[in-house]
Amino acid sequence: MAERISLRRLPQGRKAVIAAVLAEGELGRRIRDMGLMPGTEVEVVGRAPMKDPVALRLNGFTLSLRNSEADFIAVDLAEDGEGPSMN
Amino acid sequence: MTTRAAPQAQPPGLTLALAGNPNSGKTTVFNYYTGARQHVANYPGITVERKEGRLDFEGRRLRLLDLPGTYSLTAYSQDELVARRGLIEDKPDCVLDIINASSLERNLYLAVQMLEMGLPLALVLNMHDEAEKQGLRIDAKRLSALLKTPVTPTVARQGKGLHEALRAAVRKAEECREQKPEPLLISYGPDLDPVIEDMTRLLEQEENMPPNLGPARWAAVKYLENDAELRAGIRAVSPALAALLDEKTKAATAHLRQTLNSYPEALIADYRYGFIHALLRRGVLLRAPTPESRLLFSDQMDRLLTHRLLGPLLMVGIIYLMYKVTFTLGAIPLDMLEELFSGLGAAVSGLMPDGILKSLLVSGLIDGVGAVLGFVPLILLMFLQISILEDSGYMARVAYMMDRAFRSFGLHGYSVMPFIIAGGIAGGCGVPGVLATRTLRSPRERLATLLTVPMMTCGAKLPVFMLLASAFFPGDETMVMMLIWLFAWVSALGSAKFLRSTVLKGASTPFVMELPPYRPPTLFGVLIHTWERVWEYIKRAGTIIVAVSILIWLGMSFPALPEDLEAAYAGREAGLEQALAQAGEEEKEDLRAALGEARAAHGAAALEHSLAGQAGRALEGISSLAGFDWRANIALVGGIGAKEVIVSTLGTAYSLGEVDPDASSTLQARIAADPRWNKANAAALMVFVLLYFPCFVTVTVIKQEAGSWKWALAGALFNTAYAFAAAILTYRAGLALL
Repeated sequence: MAERISLRRLPQGRKAVIAAVLAEGELGRRIRDMGLMPGTEVEVVGRAPMKDPVALRLNGFTLSLRNSEADFIAVDLAEDGEGPSMN
Repeated sequence: MTTRAAPQAQPPGLTLALAGNPNSGKTTVFNYYTGARQHVANYPGITVERKEGRLDFEGRRLRLLDLPGTYSLTAYSQDELVARRGLIEDKPDCVLDIINASSLERNLYLAVQMLEMGLPLALVLNMHDEAEKQGLRIDAKRLSALLKTPVTPTVARQGKGLHEALRAAVRKAEECREQKPEPLLISYGPDLDPVIEDMTRLLEQEENMPPNLGPARWAAVKYLENDAELRAGIRAVSPALAALLDEKTKAATAHLRQTLNSYPEALIADYRYGFIHALLRRGVLLRAPTPESRLLFSDQMDRLLTHRLLGPLLMVGIIYLMYKVTFTLGAIPLDMLEELFSGLGAAVSGLMPDGILKSLLVSGLIDGVGAVLGFVPLILLMFLQISILEDSGYMARVAYMMDRAFRSFGLHGYSVMPFIIAGGIAGGCGVPGVLATRTLRSPRERLATLLTVPMMTCGAKLPVFMLLASAFFPGDETMVMMLIWLFAWVSALGSAKFLRSTVLKGASTPFVMELPPYRPPTLFGVLIHTWERVWEYIKRAGTIIVAVSILIWLGMSFPALPEDLEAAYAGREAGLEQALAQAGEEEKEDLRAALGEARAAHGAAALEHSLAGQAGRALEGISSLAGFDWRANIALVGGIGAKEVIVSTLGTAYSLGEVDPDASSTLQARIAADPRWNKANAAALMVFVLLYFPCFVTVTVIKQEAGSWKWALAGALFNTAYAFAAAILTYRAGLALL
C-alpha cells in the first residue's frame, strides 16, 4: 500500500502520484488548468534558493508552486524502483 | 501605376486567430507568418496586448490575430478574458491552436474547450522534434481523425510545417463557412450531465440570449463552472433565467458535496482531463516519454542557475553584465549622437539671426530632440538583452527565485517582471512595467506593484544619473549606478510592504507558474521584441517629450525682461563687442572674458525673470533643504511631464544662462564647473529624480490600470513625499561627509 503524504513533504527526486487536490476557488482552478490532477505522476525537481517555491515535474513540463499551495495536494509515494508509468 | 485586383477574382479574405498555452511557441509562429507586418491592436478599455498582422497566402488576404497565451478559458485573468473575447467577438474563420507536443495533455485542455465552444479549429503540433527526442510518439493522423480537426506537426523555430499548418487552417475555414462545425460533446458524468441538459434547454429557450455566450451547452457548463463574466452577462439579459440557473447550480453543488465530496468545477475538470486521457490512449500517444532526455539539459542548467547560493549570485552577475554591456557599447553611439546634435545646434545658430525663433529652434527643439534620441542606443541595447533573457526562459527563473523574497514584501513572484521591465534592470520604462502588472490576479498585490514600479531606474532617468555621475563621480560611474539600482529596489519594496500592511492589507495569491525549458532565443523574435519597445520610446519622445520641451522653453523665455533692463544689458554687450573689435591683442583676452560674463548675466537675469524662473525661485525655499537651486527646480517640474526632459531642461537652462555659441562644452562640463553643485546635492538630486512624481504618461497608465485617478495621484504624491525626505537625508549626510 502506497504511503500518502502532503506534496510539501515529498523529498526531492522521489516520484509520487497525486491522490487528491483539496484546493478550491482560484487556486483550485489554477492547479487544474495546469494539469495537476489526481492520477498524475509528479516529482520535485528543485527548490528555490529560499526553499520555497518548489519546482515540480509532471507530464513533460516543469511547474513552480509555493509550499503553502503544495499543502492542498496529497500524493501517494511511488514504490522505490518503480519505472515511469503512463498517465 | 496601381492595379486593383478585381473583387470577383480574389477569394474572400479570412480572419484567423492564434491561440495556445504560454511557452508553446505561439509568438514564433505569429512572427513567422506576419514578419514585420504586425501591430498592436487593443480593445478599448482593456489593455492586454493583442497583436494583429496581415499576410497574403496562396492568393488570399489573411488577417491574423495573436491572442494572449492562456491555459484555459475560465476568464479569471485579463489575459483569458481577452483571449475569450477574441474567440467570440472577432469571429475568426478558424483558430490555429499552437500546441506544445511535449506536454500534449495539458495543451489539449485548452483545445478541447475551444472545440466545446464550436470553434473551427486547426491544431499545430509544435516543437515536434523536441517531443520526438524525448521519446514521445504522437500519431497526428489519429488525433486528427478522433477530434475531426486538422493536426499539423511543426517545428516553428525552423519554419518547418508552418506553411502546411496555415493551408490546413485555411481549408478548415472554408469548410466551416459552408457548414458550421458541431460543438464537441463531452460527458460530465451521471451527476452533472442531466443538470447540464436541463440548463442547456433553459438557455436555448431564452430569446434574448446575448450572442457572445457561445453555444447554449457551453454556456451551461461555464455557468456550472462559476464563470463570473458569463453569469453577469446572463443576469443582465434575464434575471429570471439567472435565478433559475443559480438554483440548479446550487442543487448540483449540494448533491456533489454530499455524494462525491467534490464540486462542479473540479468534477468538470476531472471529466475533461478524462476525455483527453481516453483520447491519448486510443492510439494517439504511442510511447510515453523517457524522463532522461530533453529536460535533462534544462534540469542541469537549473541546478546551476537556481542553485541556493550560486543562483542569486549569478543573477546579480548577469544584471551587472547587462550594465557593462549597455554602458560600454552604448557610449559609442551616444557620443556620436551628442556631437551630431551639438553640431546641428551650432550650425543653426550660425545661420540664423539672434531672436526668438533661433532660441526656440536651438534651445527648445534641437536640444530637446537631441537629449531624447541620444539615449535610443542605450534603450536598444538594454531591451535587446532583456528580450534574450525573456525568450530564453531565464526570466521565469528570476520570478521563481525571487518569489519568496517578494512575498515577504506583500508582493508576488510575478511582480518581479513589472519591476524588471520598469527598470529593475536599469534602462526599462515605467509604462510597459505598469502594463505588465496585468498577469497579476490579486488586486491588492497588483495595486502595490503598480504604485511602486515607477520608483525603478527607468531609461528616462538614466541620462540624469549618467550626467551627474560622470560630472561628480568620474571613474566611479558603474558603482554609482549600482548603488542607485539597489536603492531603487529597497525603496520600491519597502513602500510596497508599507502599502500592503496599511491601505492594501490582505492575503496573497497563488503562484502556480510554468518554468519553460531553456531555449536559445531566435534572432527574429528578439529583434521584433526589441524594436517594439524602442519604437514605443521614440513615439513617446516624438510627441509628449518634445512638446513638453517646447512648453518649458516657453516658460523659460517669457515673460521677457522689462525693456529698460533689456536695453541696459544689450547696450553693455554692444559696448564690449565694439571695444573688442578695436582692441589690441593683449586686451582681447580680458575683453572676451568680460563679454562672456555680461552675456551670462543677461541670460541668467532673463531666465530668473521668466515664468519658470519665478516658479523655481518660489520653490527654492523648500528645495534648498535638499540642496536644489531654482534651476534644478525648473528641470524637476519639467520632469513631471517626462523624465527625459530633466536633462534637456538643465541643458536649456544652462545654455540660456551662459550663452556662448562658440564653445561646444557639454552640459556635463558646465555643471561640473558650476560652484553651486557639489557631490552632496548631486547625490540628493539623483535620489530625488529616482523616486519622485512618475512621468505623466506613467501616471496616466496607472490610472487606467488601477481604475481611478485617486490611486494614481495618491501614489504619485506618496512617492514625491518619500523622495523629498530621502533627498534631504542624502544631502545632509553628504554635507557631513564632505
